[in-house]
Amino acid sequence: MPLMTLVQAINSALAQEMERDERVVILGEDVGLNGGVFRVTDGLQAKFGPDRVIDTPLAESGIMGTAIGLAMAGMRPIPEIQFEGFLGPAYDQLCNHAARYRSRTRGAVTVPMTVRVPWGGGIHAPELHSDSPETIYVHQPGLKVVCPSTPYDAKGLLLSAIRDPDPVVFFEPKRVYRSFKEEVPEEDYTIPIGQAKVLTEGTDLTLVSWGSMVFQCLEALDTLPDDMSVELIDMRSLYPFDTDAIVQSVEKTGRCVIVHEAPKTCGLGAELATVLQERCFLHLKAPVQRVAGFDVMMPYYKLELDYLPNAQKVAQAVGQCLAY
Amino acid sequence: MAHATLGTRTMDRSTTRLTDQLPDATLIQWLRDMMLIREFENRCAQAYQQAKIGGFCHLYTGQEAVAVGTIAAINHDDPIVHAYRDHGHALARGMDPGVCMAEMFGRSTGCAKGKGGSMHMFDKPNWFFGGHGIVGAQTGLGAGLAFACRYEHEVLGKALENPGVSPGADAKKKVALAFLGDGALNQGVLHEAMNLCGLWGLPCIFIVENNGYSMGTAIHRGTTMADDLTKKADAYGMRGETIEAFDLLDLYNAFKPVADWCREEQKPAFIDMRTYRYLGHSMSDPQKYRTKDEVDSFKSRDSIERLTTHLLTQRKGPDGRPVLNEADVAAMQAELRDVVKHALEFAEQSPLPDPATELYSDVLKNPMPNMSPIRDYTIGAKNPLL
Ligand SMILES: Cc1ncc(C[n+]2csc(CCOP(=O)(O)OP(=O)(O)O)c2C)c(N)n1
Ligand SMILES: [Mg+2]
Repeated sequence: MPLMTLVQAINSALAQEMERDERVVILGEDVGLNGGVFRVTDGLQAKFGPDRVIDTPLAESGIMGTAIGLAMAGMRPIPEIQFEGFLGPAYDQLCNHAARYRSRTRGAVTVPMTVRVPWGGGIHAPELHSDSPETIYVHQPGLKVVCPSTPYDAKGLLLSAIRDPDPVVFFEPKRVYRSFKEEVPEEDYTIPIGQAKVLTEGTDLTLVSWGSMVFQCLEALDTLPDDMSVELIDMRSLYPFDTDAIVQSVEKTGRCVIVHEAPKTCGLGAELATVLQERCFLHLKAPVQRVAGFDVMMPYYKLELDYLPNAQKVAQAVGQCLAY
Repeated sequence: MAHATLGTRTMDRSTTRLTDQLPDATLIQWLRDMMLIREFENRCAQAYQQAKIGGFCHLYTGQEAVAVGTIAAINHDDPIVHAYRDHGHALARGMDPGVCMAEMFGRSTGCAKGKGGSMHMFDKPNWFFGGHGIVGAQTGLGAGLAFACRYEHEVLGKALENPGVSPGADAKKKVALAFLGDGALNQGVLHEAMNLCGLWGLPCIFIVENNGYSMGTAIHRGTTMADDLTKKADAYGMRGETIEAFDLLDLYNAFKPVADWCREEQKPAFIDMRTYRYLGHSMSDPQKYRTKDEVDSFKSRDSIERLTTHLLTQRKGPDGRPVLNEADVAAMQAELRDVVKHALEFAEQSPLPDPATELYSDVLKNPMPNMSPIRDYTIGAKNPLL
């Protein structure tokens, strides 16, 4: 089985699905000739031609609108937005239209598109190039939101997303893009949207995260005393999210720490914590804790690591929650 | 070729040009300003390679004449708003090179306290409303700045808070400059802003720094009517001009009357400013989209070399001798190397922003104690403001 980075795994999923399904087209700024700002679509235009891998003008609203129209007519477009902050100009098209079409037409017209968006911090980029705006899109009914943390999950989730009958926002953690390789099958496989993954099993505390923060959690686990038994869950899908996975785990452990990059207030952690207190209140031995970004703009790179949660902060929260 | 060159404009040699009437010192100052930007950007590139500058860094090399020539044609209390390739404009407007460099180094002495970086050059005392990382976003703000210009002149009758203006002073007619790249031509907000300016008569000058490319996308692949962008101005009932930005004096002579007209008539304008960037889009750009020959052909029209030659040979002082000689130029270069060296030293020696205070500051003026980031952020740094 070949070893792939996150970038390579996404590229291979795209190539494979374009091979399989002629309705799949990619469109975005510099995705063709240049292979994308992060080179995720490298080589695809050479392989599938400019009719299917389409360089667009600098026009996020237009890119999104065009992709929606294509999808409404029965195509499977995959627009790329270069950085999460540039979803701003495309917001109206995505949230006010793509998300609502199924509902508006009572199921007659749907928008099966996958919006690929590099996401999150940790690469020394400034605000709007390092943000984690997942909650905005999770909060919008009618969208699915995924955020894989590993090459294997990325390929399987991307194939599911492209084949999904509804619009999916596919957030790609930039910090993980080239940070490691793992075995990724060459053949076709899917990972269902809406399923979390248990990375380590444990009995004392449940640690919940997604995207690049999963690796901060793993690092934190290494620093914990051996007698602390922590269950680490990678959400992978942010909407719909896997309620059963976290509830089952917390019923067992009685404690939970949620870790995310986005600002704390109204971050997805708030929703997950609420679900836990609704569903397993009597199992809880401590308040659910959150380790999150602060309610500030992502600072320039010299303060980036002060902003982002890290292994030390996670370990500290785990310790506090266990000692509660 | 990125964009076709213009047909030669016939310049009536018998009439004196605006720049002929300017003091020699002004032209020498312009040369110095352009050379400062060039030297500054060269040093930025080095500092980036040495990992002293992080994040993104978009250099202005090749386009210096645009910032210097246009900013020289307006007044210091005319507002300016710009995109992200913004070091040159900040310097041309008067930002201290040390402060500019410190921002890129992420130091607390930077113009955004080291919390913004290369795309965040703000300088309110110089009425410079800075860089913007969302392409095109600044054009809407330009319309608003122009609206404020008209409002203070026609409605308030006195100046709004302004650098160097005492409160309550009589309002003047002003113009706003909104710079954008050719890539920004394709963003919706520009078209809304142009329509507003055309409709309401807002004195905003949209200056398209048309360097032929938006990242790797040549202008013909990105926008309609690329050979004559002034047609876009027509669509919004706005004066449109095409100006070549390779010769600073030609640029000034063409641009200054437009700026004066916009100020006098309180009307908008749109300028297709033909320029070229010598370096990659940002620091990591393999430049597969253009040839070295193309880059070289534009380098042969270098605005700094042209003005230098002009001052060394054509422009004569009262004594009949050229206003500059080789030794003057060498001295100027040496002086600018020093200026930028000091800027680097200043940046390097400046402290980093203190995360204990700077991580939280400047989000809102009066954070409330019960507002997040709140006291019970127990993990990580505490908010000392609360
Ligand atoms: C809304 C938005 N989309 C995309 C980008 C990414 N991006 C930054 S600069 C750029 C190219 C802009 O080209 P142009 O406007 O011609 O300016 P130039 O780089 O030539 O100065 C792109 C695509 C962005 N910053 N904002
Ligand atoms: Mg350009």
